[in-house]
Amino acid sequence: MERRRLPQEAPTPGRIRWGRRSRQGGDFRAGSSGRTPARRMQTIMVTGILGRKIGMTQLFGDDGAILPATVIKAGPCVVVQCKTVERDGYAAVQLGLVEEAPVNANRPMTGHYKKAKVPPTRIRREVGVEGAGPAEGDQVVASVFADGDRVDVVGVSRGKGFQGVMKRHGFGGGRATHGSMFHRAPGSIGASSYPSRVIKGMRGPGRMGGDRVTTRNLRVLRVDADRHVLVVKGAVPGAPGGAVMIRKAVAAKPESASAAEKSAGKRK
Amino acid sequence: MNAIETLEQEQLRERPDLRPGLTVRVHVRIREGEKERIQVFEGVVISIRRGGPRATFTVRKVSFGQGVERIFPLHSPSIDKIEVGRAARVRRAKLYFLRGLRGRAARLRERRRPTDGSKRK
Repeated sequence: MERRRLPQEAPTPGRIRWGRRSRQGGDFRAGSSGRTPARRMQTIMVTGILGRKIGMTQLFGDDGAILPATVIKAGPCVVVQCKTVERDGYAAVQLGLVEEAPVNANRPMTGHYKKAKVPPTRIRREVGVEGAGPAEGDQVVASVFADGDRVDVVGVSRGKGFQGVMKRHGFGGGRATHGSMFHRAPGSIGASSYPSRVIKGMRGPGRMGGDRVTTRNLRVLRVDADRHVLVVKGAVPGAPGGAVMIRKAVAAKPESASAAEKSAGKRK
Repeated sequence: MNAIETLEQEQLRERPDLRPGLTVRVHVRIREGEKERIQVFEGVVISIRRGGPRATFTVRKVSFGQGVERIFPLHSPSIDKIEVGRAARVRRAKLYFLRGLRGRAARLRERRRPTDGSKRK
C-alpha cells in the first residue's frame, strides 16, 4: 500500500506559487493604492479568504489615534471546488489555505484535491462568490480586500475549560462580602413540584470556548498581497496560529460620520 | 522578521534619544476643524516607557504655578518634532519625585557632558 504521499501533479505555472514567498519587493501599503471601481470589479470574485491569526499589535492612525490591530496571514488560497447554481443550487467556491507544512490527506481527500489539480491543504472552507467566479485551481490572495473595507472574521474561540455561569453566561452573581452566602452560584433553576424537572436549555456551568465565533464589521487597515498579510482593526476570535476565515461583511454598517471623515482623510 | 515586527518597524519614526532629565520642546500637531497648527509643550522628561511602537514619554512643566504632565506616544504621527534642550544630571529613571517639589527645590543640576543624542542648543 502506498503510504507516503506522492507529489501531486505540478500546479499550472503562473497560477499557483508554493512554499515560502520571497520577502523582497512590495510596498506594505500596496493595497491602499487604486481603489477604483474598475479594479475592484475585476478582482472581487470571491468574497472571502482563509488565513491564520498571527497576533495583535497597534497602529497609529493619521490623526495620531492608536488603533488596535490584528495581523492575519491571509492566503494564499486555492480554489478546490466550485459550487454552481446548476449543480449545487448555489454559487460558492471551496478554498484551501496553502501552507508550508506537509499535509496528510486520506485517499478520498486526495481525489477531491486531484480534481482541482492542487495539492491537499489542511484548511478548507467555502466562501461566496460575486459575479464571475474563479475556476478550480485558481489562486486567491489577500488583494480581494482593500483598505477601509468592512469584513467579518470567523474563527474558533479559545478554549476556556469548565466555567461557571458568571463567566460563561454573564450571570450577575451575588454579593462578595457583608455576610452574603451567595457568591458565584447560578441561583434557582426552576420551580419545585411543578414541573418537577429543569426545563431544557437552562443555562448552567460547563465547557466554554472552542466555539465558532464571528466578529463582524471589522475595518481593514492594511493589505499586503505580496506578503499575504491582512491587518484588521480590533480583535478576532481564537489564539495566534488559529485558522480564520475573513469574508466581506454580511451586514456592513454605514460608516459613522466620524469614521467616514477619518477614512476620507486617509485616502487624501 | 515576522509580520507583526515588520508592521511595528514601519510605525517607528526618527526621534531623538530621550532620557529622563532632558528639557524638551514637543511640537504637537493640533487639528482644529480643517486647520492644523503646531503647539509646543516644553518641559522636563520625567519618565520613559520603552516598547517599540508603544513607547511613551512623560513631560512635566509648571504652568502658572500648576504642575502639568503630558504623556506622549513617542512615535505618534501627531508629534511633529521633539527639540532636545538642556540635560540634567539625574540618578534615577523616573523623576516622579519632582511632583512633590516646587520652585527652587525642583531645580535639577545640569549635566556636564551630554550623552549621545541629547543635542545641546
